[in-house]
Amino acid sequence: MKPDFSNDVNAEAFTLRRRPPSEKLVDIGFSQLSLALASGVALVLLGIFLTVFGQAREAIAQFGLNFLTTSDWDPVNDRYGALVAIYGTLVSSLLALVIAVPLGVGTAIFITEDLVPTRIREAIGLMVELLAALPSVVLGLWAIFVMEPAIRPVLNMLHNVLGWSPLFSTVPQGPGMAPAILILVVMVLPIITAISRDALNQVPIELRQGAYGIGSTRWGAIFNVILPAAISAIIGGVMLSLGRAMGETMAVTMIIGNSLSFNISLLAPGNTIASMLANQFGEADGIQVSALMYAALILMLLTFVVNVAAQWIVRRLSLRY
Amino acid sequence: MTSSTNISYANSDLFDRRSLFFDPNLKRNRLNELLTAIAATFAAIAVLPLFLVLGYVLVKGGSMIRPSLFLELPPELGLTGGGIGNAILGTLIVSAIATCIALPVGIGGGIFLSEYSRGGWFANFIRFGNDVLAGVPSIIAGVFIYGLVVVTKLFFDQSFSAMAGGIALSVLMLPTIIKTTDEGLRLVPQELRWGAYGVGASKFVTITRITLPAAFTPIATGVVLAVARAAGETAPLIFTTLFSPYWPDGIFNPIATMSVLIYNFAIMPYEYQNALAWAASFVLVVMILGANLLSRWISKMAKT
Repeated sequence: MKPDFSNDVNAEAFTLRRRPPSEKLVDIGFSQLSLALASGVALVLLGIFLTVFGQAREAIAQFGLNFLTTSDWDPVNDRYGALVAIYGTLVSSLLALVIAVPLGVGTAIFITEDLVPTRIREAIGLMVELLAALPSVVLGLWAIFVMEPAIRPVLNMLHNVLGWSPLFSTVPQGPGMAPAILILVVMVLPIITAISRDALNQVPIELRQGAYGIGSTRWGAIFNVILPAAISAIIGGVMLSLGRAMGETMAVTMIIGNSLSFNISLLAPGNTIASMLANQFGEADGIQVSALMYAALILMLLTFVVNVAAQWIVRRLSLRY
Repeated sequence: MTSSTNISYANSDLFDRRSLFFDPNLKRNRLNELLTAIAATFAAIAVLPLFLVLGYVLVKGGSMIRPSLFLELPPELGLTGGGIGNAILGTLIVSAIATCIALPVGIGGGIFLSEYSRGGWFANFIRFGNDVLAGVPSIIAGVFIYGLVVVTKLFFDQSFSAMAGGIALSVLMLPTIIKTTDEGLRLVPQELRWGAYGVGASKFVTITRITLPAAFTPIATGVVLAVARAAGETAPLIFTTLFSPYWPDGIFNPIATMSVLIYNFAIMPYEYQNALAWAASFVLVVMILGANLLSRWISKMAKT
């Protein structure tokens, strides 16, 4: 039976509050505003692509795909080719990953798998996070004045021992590809460690217990059970850091030597797309700006492909328990 | 006496109880120790650069710290004396511009993602776009603003300006702020919102008075980290704000920033300029690590 409030003086207290039009207006306005702001992300992405593509069109029309395979970069005669920079970008980031992945995953295992007391684990985790926070330009400064002079004897020794191979055929003279790769290792290591740590932490405790329960040792469990369970997230993280390494600019620009001529030796000065952009944009004009935009477009597409692949790997290949 | 003690396994041929005792000489245990040692070495190598870089920045930059460093302009090339006052001020100005642009857009976008469109295709698309934007190299953000603002002379016929640099940095901050807002708001219990609707609050009031304050900690943590990150960025600034050896002259003119100062002065052949680069690194690193510790402190305060 419904209560009858018709004669009640307090009827108003029980009726639903009617929303005044102004309140509805505020509500709708706010939701539309937030929609517009969220669309800002899509607009910015579209804007980046259109701006870079629009500015690069002149160079694309003039150089076509030869831009990717020629290596002369000659502002005087307006002939441009990005092969040196593309080669440098790929080689420096891939070699940096080759060194950083075992170090990063090993560190992540060390701070997730109960090998040392919690305090030490937390301290190492904090330090790795702080390393990620150091600005790239400060690492570049350190690389110029501290790291490069310190490792030059080592590089010299490499040259003396392995000088017969084209990879070490030049005498190290300061800035070059090898120190740039090392500083890239320092920069991507925290990313790989952080993502691997999160991935390992998310492996269900039951899997570990199961592994230990059938008598496996700690490292048996890590290699046969825990790492396979976390591998998709780790690979995704590695891909993300590959994207980061390819786009990394300041530290690399300051230490790679910015050579415009091709040299396969790792001890010789090199160049990457990002460092070429950083070096030349300030004083470029005319077709050179367009050529640089073309190079930027290539870098953008490279990092885009790598990042999307990373997300796809994480979503599709992740194990479901 | 339990039944298990009555059965003497020690005399059984089937089961040798000693095999359950830990034997450090077994191959698997030796391998275990070796691998643990390797992992420890890797961890030590991973944290080594932090100590080396921090050590050099503290020693080389810290020895330069004196009041005039914060109050004076950099000296003419080749001369000594003076400080980096204009660069410190410039970094604060450019970061403030970036924050003023990225904060409303990022928090508004985050509110949309978590409050207005749970699971729609559009929200997924925006989240994907946000992840892509987070992966865009910082120098591409600089190239974008160079093409959009600097070349077109968008602001009062000025090409390089503090404003352009601020916009470029805001592009880099945006993904972090959207992501932390989105995830922070999604941690707020649904019951809080139902409670607010139950007492007759409108959706706008619920979000601004209930949901946002409840998610303040994660959002503030993310924003602090994003600002710290932006303050240390260099690549997007070297051809948007350029550099200026003078005090800031309005936000539509080139301006000095600490990161660009470090870059410019590091590759100069003058010793005093190199020393100023170390000093600027010291100030920048202290600011950024301070912000990082602050964000950790905020999130720890909220948990207890």
